[in-house]
Amino acid sequence: MALFFQFTMNGIMIGSIYSLLAVGIVLIYKSSKIFNFSAGELTMCGAFFMWTFLSAMELPLFLSILFTLLAVGCVAYIMERLAIHPLIGQPLLSILLVTLGLSHMLNGLAMFMWGGYSENLPRFLPGKAIFIGSVVIAHDLLWAFIVSICLLILLLVFFKFTKVGLAMRAVAEDHQTAQARGISVGVIFGATWFLAGIVASVGGILLAYRLGVSQFLSGVSLKAFPVVLIGGLESVGGAFIGGLIVGILENLAGGFIDPWLMEVTPYIILILVLFVRPEGLFGLKRIERI
Amino acid sequence: MPTYRPCGTRNFSYKQDMAVVRTPFHWTVLTAGIVLLFLCPLFLSGVMINLLNYMGITIIAVMGLNILTGYCGQISIGQSAFMAVGAYTVAVLCKYFDVSLFAALPCAGLIAGIVGVFFGLPSVKIKGFYLAMATLAAQFIIPAIIAHPLEPITEGTESLRVPAASIGGLSLSNPESFFYLVIPITVMLVFFAESLSRTGIGRAFVAIRDDDLAAEVMGINIFRYKLTAFFICSVYAGIAGGLWAYWLRSVNPDHFNLTQSIWYLGMLIAGGMGSIIGAIFGVIFLLALDHFLVDIALWISTLFPAFSTSTGIQQALSPTVYGLVIILFLIFEPRGLAHRWNIIKAAWRLRPFSY
Repeated sequence: MALFFQFTMNGIMIGSIYSLLAVGIVLIYKSSKIFNFSAGELTMCGAFFMWTFLSAMELPLFLSILFTLLAVGCVAYIMERLAIHPLIGQPLLSILLVTLGLSHMLNGLAMFMWGGYSENLPRFLPGKAIFIGSVVIAHDLLWAFIVSICLLILLLVFFKFTKVGLAMRAVAEDHQTAQARGISVGVIFGATWFLAGIVASVGGILLAYRLGVSQFLSGVSLKAFPVVLIGGLESVGGAFIGGLIVGILENLAGGFIDPWLMEVTPYIILILVLFVRPEGLFGLKRIERI
Repeated sequence: MPTYRPCGTRNFSYKQDMAVVRTPFHWTVLTAGIVLLFLCPLFLSGVMINLLNYMGITIIAVMGLNILTGYCGQISIGQSAFMAVGAYTVAVLCKYFDVSLFAALPCAGLIAGIVGVFFGLPSVKIKGFYLAMATLAAQFIIPAIIAHPLEPITEGTESLRVPAASIGGLSLSNPESFFYLVIPITVMLVFFAESLSRTGIGRAFVAIRDDDLAAEVMGINIFRYKLTAFFICSVYAGIAGGLWAYWLRSVNPDHFNLTQSIWYLGMLIAGGMGSIIGAIFGVIFLLALDHFLVDIALWISTLFPAFSTSTGIQQALSPTVYGLVIILFLIFEPRGLAHRWNIIKAAWRLRPFSY
């Protein structure tokens, strides 16, 4: 039983990182109906930039985090300007494939800049592992959980109360109406990608702290896709719940049944969800017209 | 794809109207091309023949994807997982049962087809990227199942050795002889795809791609046709995978990864979706590019010796250029090389007039 709680706890903590990555995808989907396949690579870039600033250039912690967020935000923004923007109005398939191409290219560019090595981030998070009864909570996971929750709350506040956030929601609702109300849809798209880049890089730093900095991270962050679909594509809260579900189930399956299931469980859940409730737990069911 | 016929070309019977190969000129070019293709081993080096073999296998896989994605409009990013099914079917059949080539390849196609239909089942309810996600799941689940629960048969993540293909005691172990196995199968399957696109099934696929609701209203059973598309696509993948197993003589779950699937999609885009000749162009273009990138990478690494030691330029250059090619094609030439080809053909025909 103690083992059960341990795995569940690990699942919740890891799941919160997945939720964060998923929110990055949901942000973009909400405003522009584009499903961003290069989200995993943005996460990886976040980890690499963090390593560059903190270990290679030896900047102070605060500055390197700030620079990382800005750098990945800019990468995402440039991607949107150069590759996604020219394709607005094209079929969904093309845009989906462009993001696939972008993910490939980012992988290659990362290999150019940082080589195929794996590195470790210095241990910058303060604190020690916490014991609750027999359950151990690693301090980095606890940090990940706290940061994710804070960021999610910040995002919710951002969407509810700030002008840019409200504009993003308006654009998500209807491009033409938003444009008619004086919101520049193009600017909002750029801003959304920038924001998504920031969210992805936070996830990247947290993941890299635990798993090390390497190309492998983009594969781990692919798990954000099942999370998004389980939660429902349009819902930030759904992404959070989805992340927890995936985190817990993969840890339980990996711990109790067989370790290899850890990598596959999210996708098995995904297939089941697609069969039973394709729009996800909190997604909107759309009615189509010809 | 619209086919514009030059003026002066008239049909005098339905048979003539429906012919695949229409004019004597077509016949000449086609026959000469195929004869030339089969004579390739006489004047090309072993490396080039090997590349041609690889191209043939890839053309089969991409042709399957072309039927599913190009004609039927269902995105699949799991093509290489279905290839894995085919490859392992062949490997296991050859290793444990000593089955001949002509039985093993159809089995590979059939089993991959069944697995493909299973993962295509969600397409009843979903489409677009939701479906892409279902196939993404296949991409992760299938190799994992091959590597872990089936480990006693497949030797898990260790490579499973495959004996050389043989036809009636004649071993096809070198690239030149293997060429005569791959290319006829490729030509046959390409011809099948071309014919399929002209039948009722092919037309139904196109209708579903263009608007699935409208297609349903017009009386096309979407469920059935989508699953048919998945089946055919996976059969192609399975046969390609089986040939891959014979070609590489060993199979490993790691060969069939997500990157590979994205490559196939990229080849389809570069060539032009929903076009038979386009899929072939795309494969040849990107594989040749990849082949020569290796030389370019070597050249770059001699220019910057310091740069090359710290990073595997070769490894980095390939995905970068590849991603760039996909993006540039989608932005500037979404209809792919096939469209360019049609423009060139039209220009040739209309010469010396510009239109």
